[in-house]
Amino acid sequence: MKSHCFPGKKIVNHLVMAALLAAPALAAAQQAKLKVGLMMSYTGTFSGPSNAATNGFKQFVNENGGKLGGREVEYFAVDDQADPAKATENANKLIKRDRVDVVVGAIHSGVALALAKVARETNTLMVVPNAAADELTGVLCAPNIFRVSFSSWQPAYAMGQHVGKKHKNAVTLTWKYAAGLQMVEGFKEGFEKKGGKVAKEMTLPFPNVEFQAFLTEIASIKPEAVYVFFAGAGAAKFVRDYAAAGLNKSIPLYAPGFLTDGTLEAMGDAGQGLLTTLHYADGINNPKNAAFRLGYVKAYKAEPDVYAVQGYDAAQLLDAGIGAVKGDTAKRADLVKAMEDAKIDSPRGAFTFTKAHNPIQDIYLRKVEGRENRLVEVTSKALADPARGCRM
Amino acid sequence: MDFYSFLIQVLNSIQYGLLLFLVASGLTLVFGIMGIINLAHGAFYMVGAYLAFGLTSLTGSFVLSILLGIPLMLVIGALLEWALFSFLYERDHLEQVLLTYGLILIFEELRSLIAGDDVHGVAAPGWLSASIPLGDTMSYPVYRLVISGACILLAAGLFFLIQKTRLGMLIRAGSHDRDMVQSLGFNINLIYRTVFALGVALAAFAGMLAAPVSSVFPGMGGQVLIVSFVIVVIGGIGSVWGALFAALLVGFADTFGKVFVPDFSGVIVYVLMAAVLLWRPEGIFSKK
Repeated sequence: MKSHCFPGKKIVNHLVMAALLAAPALAAAQQAKLKVGLMMSYTGTFSGPSNAATNGFKQFVNENGGKLGGREVEYFAVDDQADPAKATENANKLIKRDRVDVVVGAIHSGVALALAKVARETNTLMVVPNAAADELTGVLCAPNIFRVSFSSWQPAYAMGQHVGKKHKNAVTLTWKYAAGLQMVEGFKEGFEKKGGKVAKEMTLPFPNVEFQAFLTEIASIKPEAVYVFFAGAGAAKFVRDYAAAGLNKSIPLYAPGFLTDGTLEAMGDAGQGLLTTLHYADGINNPKNAAFRLGYVKAYKAEPDVYAVQGYDAAQLLDAGIGAVKGDTAKRADLVKAMEDAKIDSPRGAFTFTKAHNPIQDIYLRKVEGRENRLVEVTSKALADPARGCRM
Repeated sequence: MDFYSFLIQVLNSIQYGLLLFLVASGLTLVFGIMGIINLAHGAFYMVGAYLAFGLTSLTGSFVLSILLGIPLMLVIGALLEWALFSFLYERDHLEQVLLTYGLILIFEELRSLIAGDDVHGVAAPGWLSASIPLGDTMSYPVYRLVISGACILLAAGLFFLIQKTRLGMLIRAGSHDRDMVQSLGFNINLIYRTVFALGVALAAFAGMLAAPVSSVFPGMGGQVLIVSFVIVVIGGIGSVWGALFAALLVGFADTFGKVFVPDFSGVIVYVLMAAVLLWRPEGIFSKK
């Protein structure tokens, strides 16, 4: 059939023209890409956690056809180099230059605190994928700031309660910086509530790793238990030194999870049997976790860790909020309301949010077996951060 | 603190001080005697630790990894001197700082590419993994005492080399007047190349020996760099005994600072340095 015989050709042409003209306008109104700013430490010591969190985030987005809340996602990434001094400048790159709709950051607490200040000033939606500083959902809490990881207080308080059940006096040791001091404060609170008493709080300057003097102190005080906060290389060295000094035979050592996350290979045998608390563990038995781990291994050829879970949940939370307003991020109040009410089906187990936007979650007691932090028990069920200083 | 704990803390101080001397000894040669500000000293320390980690897992023997690692680092040191540092003797310190800072960045980046950013542990040889009980709760790892022994031997060896041998004499002469040594018919370039290679190998050797106690991690060189400079400056530039004495002083200050004034333990070493410099601006053992 020859096409010019078709009587409706002109009409069809007009319709096609109209559709072609209208399409970009429609797309601009409803289908503009969601600009997601990722601000993490892609180089340096925190590059491992940063890449894991980013992978987790992208895994969820990819599982949902490249969309969050029905909108296509476009990424803008900035390497914050774990440097708080450059954090404000880096935050402005995403918020003012790239004009992102939401910023996901940071891994390092000092960076996250600076980022939160910029987010508050510019009223930018912010989701914290790791940084644990209590202030982020405490003094600095804001309607536009959410955290999907944990506050320092949570695993520390849970460990305090756990140790308090078995021991009546303890000695603490940490680096003298914000995270360490908060982790000790939380422990002390939980421990004292159970009738325990902290015999001595010891600190050393970050990142000093010469522990011998403190080990001698511990041997001379002879407490029933020792609680420490260390992470990374310092954690590996402390655990090795503690064992080499023979203290592990007589005085049990407890810590928040970071002591044994990513450091087990470096610790060797000295790490075996250590008990730590965190909001994730190896061997959590739920279908979500199984599916998540399988998907992660397939996509990235590596085992996921707690940071990957947090990245994944950051994307889940945004999906819930943006989905509720059908992609219209201008409806901020409704969006925030939906995020506050969200129940996140996380690989760690489902959780909800406090009024200050920190997860109300189970804290697990884990035991080091081989290269894994195996789940022992839920030591604090649905533990909520007290959000001290938050006026919201 | 009871007397017994006090004695253990003294042992801790000496042991830590000797370890610091080991780390600073290479810098004493390169900075103290050759007069080169070598910020990359810490990077060589890190390379040594990673070599110990890599070669131990490759060969299965920590001792073998040291025996292989030291000649390797001597060669690397000589190559670096030939390619880069030999152009810097006549230039000012700022250019040395620029070059060696650049080397830090390069070595850190290479480390990241080759070995990744994870923390690793190196196992001390089995026959050194025993502990000596001290009191009823604590024991002292034999390996740490072996390190101390190695440091004392090294201090004696360096002293002998610098003060008692013909090479040492030439090194000392060269540090005073390069041209004169040259015009007397000695190959000053070769002498400097040897000293620099020795300095690099010493830094790496310190990293290798320290690897089993300190673990192996990114940025580990930066931590030892500053304290190494503090030791060389306190001890008096160019003096091996000065560096040994200063290292022990820093060991005591750090250990007892942590016990008695924990809130100031971060600055106590620098207060010590400031005090020494006010009292003897050239360092304790300086001959000038």
